[in-house]
Amino acid sequence: MDLRPDPVDEQFRAEARDWLRTHRPARPLPSGDTRDGFAAHLDWERQLFDAGWAVVSWPRRYGGREASLWQWLIFEEEYAAAGAPQRVTQNGIFLLAPTLFEFGTDEQRDRILPAMAAASQLWCQGWSEPGAGSDLAALTSRAVRDEAAGGWRLTGHKTWTTRGAFCTHLFGLFRTDPQQRRHRGLSYFLVPLDAPGVTVRGFGRFDGDEGFADVFLDDVFVPDADVIGEVGAGWRVAMATTGSERGLTLRPPGRFTAAAARLVELAAARPDRLTGRLREQVVRAWLGARAYHLFTLAQVTRMLDGDPPGAASSLNKIHWSELDIALHRTALELLGPDAELDAGWTRGFQFSLAGPIYAGTNEIQRGIVAERLLGLPRR
Amino acid sequence: MRFALTDDQITLRDAVGDLLAAECPPAVVRAAWPGGDQEPVDRLWTALAEMGVLAAMVPESAGGLGLTEVDLVPVLTAAGYAAVPLPLAETAAVAGPLLAALDDPGGHLAALTEGRCRIALAGPTALVPYGQRADLALSTHGPDGPRLIRLAAATTAPVPTVDGSRAALRLVDQTAAGPSAGTRLDIGDDLLALTADRATLAAAAHLVGLGRRLLDLTVAHVGTRHQFGAPIGSFQAVKHQLADALLGLELAAPMVLAAAWATATGAATRAADVSAGYLLAADAAERAARVALQCHGAIGYTVEYDLHLYAKRVWATTAATAGTDAHLDRLGTALGLPAATTDPGGRP
Ligand SMILES: Cc1cc2nc3c(=O)[nH]c(=O)nc-3n(C[C@H](O)[C@H](O)[C@H](O)COP(=O)(O)OP(=O)(O)OC[C@H]3O[C@@H](n4cnc5c(N)ncnc54)[C@H](O)[C@@H]3O)c2cc1C
Repeated sequence: MDLRPDPVDEQFRAEARDWLRTHRPARPLPSGDTRDGFAAHLDWERQLFDAGWAVVSWPRRYGGREASLWQWLIFEEEYAAAGAPQRVTQNGIFLLAPTLFEFGTDEQRDRILPAMAAASQLWCQGWSEPGAGSDLAALTSRAVRDEAAGGWRLTGHKTWTTRGAFCTHLFGLFRTDPQQRRHRGLSYFLVPLDAPGVTVRGFGRFDGDEGFADVFLDDVFVPDADVIGEVGAGWRVAMATTGSERGLTLRPPGRFTAAAARLVELAAARPDRLTGRLREQVVRAWLGARAYHLFTLAQVTRMLDGDPPGAASSLNKIHWSELDIALHRTALELLGPDAELDAGWTRGFQFSLAGPIYAGTNEIQRGIVAERLLGLPRR
Repeated sequence: MRFALTDDQITLRDAVGDLLAAECPPAVVRAAWPGGDQEPVDRLWTALAEMGVLAAMVPESAGGLGLTEVDLVPVLTAAGYAAVPLPLAETAAVAGPLLAALDDPGGHLAALTEGRCRIALAGPTALVPYGQRADLALSTHGPDGPRLIRLAAATTAPVPTVDGSRAALRLVDQTAAGPSAGTRLDIGDDLLALTADRATLAAAAHLVGLGRRLLDLTVAHVGTRHQFGAPIGSFQAVKHQLADALLGLELAAPMVLAAAWATATGAATRAADVSAGYLLAADAAERAARVALQCHGAIGYTVEYDLHLYAKRVWATTAATAGTDAHLDRLGTALGLPAATTDPGGRP
């Protein structure tokens, strides 16, 4: 065991910190889950890309700098600590890209990854349907073979699609074999949202942003080249992505250690409001973030030793989502009456409430932990 | 950066784990309760001495293994898993390195290494868990500073504890001239603080192991106990409790190990890390104990069943280590938080 940082990694940290501190927008951008905010974020995304910071861990040929897993974690830490903008490209970069690296063809990777990194292709996740949330395998959107055209015709309704109204492309699951039930007979497709037959309707989220969208597909043609992995193997491909979503990639610990540091600052600035109870809550929130950080370091070491996190990412998901709520709730109490304002921490609190719902609800995650990590019987 | 045990550390942990599985099954923990047979309990100590565990943190020049907290924490977690009914952590993680650092006052180290000297810790109320089974008590809370007390020569009163395997006693009159005075130890403030942190760290490691044992016992039980025609472990309400218990333990364990690292390397974050590790470990172990009892139902609420051996050790350990408030406060101060106010301002 050696918890000392590697000098090369620390040099990387210094470089990232330097760049982020000098280039991050002077004032917070408007929410990236609104149309105007999304546009403002794209300028930032392109700046990141031009400077080589958009996808640090990717191969150079796709726009990355081949940073190690440690360096990627460090970058995320510095990014959050600098208070740099949320990544509106995250669903592509953190969810679709790992899937492409694992299951895509070279042609798909060459075509999609550079455009994704440069924020010229903007991807949203089309999994959920009105009748298929937690029970994703109940999805009914279907893909019918069009042999003559060399592809598939997609019909159905995807919903709660984050930033779907602002994105250019969707990745999602469709039923290719109507004879097969549940998670068999599904396939993983890529769909341009400007294709004929696609209708996108944005709608408001709980926190007021327009970030959600319904995506209606009516006989939308998709060529064979846009199927990821084997036809019929969509479930397996999708489940590989969920590991990223729940665990490391979507929510690395830097985000929470930075939020905890800001909470500590807030508390230190409001000694008049810091009762024993609130002081304890602040300390516990910081502790939760630090624990997640260390848990991740141990997890990364295991991954580098060749042991993928698998179902353990469900532990990450439960922890970070509940921590996020506790952090924000404590901040609101420290703010007192001003917490009523529709501003930073309050916005963050409202969004944190979605954490235990998206990326697979925490009830579902607890089921996974119990069955796969503890070996408890299925019902 | 590499956050994993080395092969040597794993080998030691597993060797001790195997030894404890053989020499410290529930029957031996039970034997340590009042009225039990002391023979297997004593044999356990001898076996630990033969492995070198008791003098793990004593320098090699003084006959020990010269290991650090990072090596020992996994061992203490294994000891927690087995609920070892002897002052193992106290002797190996706290007293051993302290006496070595002080150049062996009283000349006990050789006996300690050979398994002929058990050292317990006296708490702030002069309560000495395992005191009835120990030769010496290390007291850092006495009225006249740190002392090493020869228990056979002191005035002591055995006291019953919630966990009968703790075999505690209380020291009577620890004043300089009193019958439990012992030898004064000249410990500087830094070493005293390090010693206190080692004790807290050892308790945290013990708690993680206990929590794991409670969880394992419960997973085994809910997989075989049937109600409504199904194993109760297939019910979601049961699953979710156990998932939460696992989560707590999985997050506490790396923090405790990082605290060991900070202690072993003299890091500036030691105090904060030790408090953090203790807070998470204590919470996780207490939660595991509650969940274990709840998911067992009434069978868990019997003394015939093993659960109570481990659950009671959790409560006894957290009580002896005390200070959730103290650790929260220390951590808050390390973070730069002002003291708590009793008069929350900002009211409209
Ligand atoms: C902010 C936000 C962003 C999102 N972004 C996207 C996106 O970009 N793309 C996308 O495809 N989806 C997205 N989603 C949808 C998300 O994946 C689903 O909301 C989630 O999978 C839960 O499904 P549901 O909403 O249908 O809830 P339901 O499945 O109806 O669940 C409702 C409640 O019942 C519980 N429940 C359901 N089944 C079980 C069970 N078997 N055991 C125990 N409890 C159960 C759930 O845990 C939950 O508490 C987003 C959601 C949110 C809130």
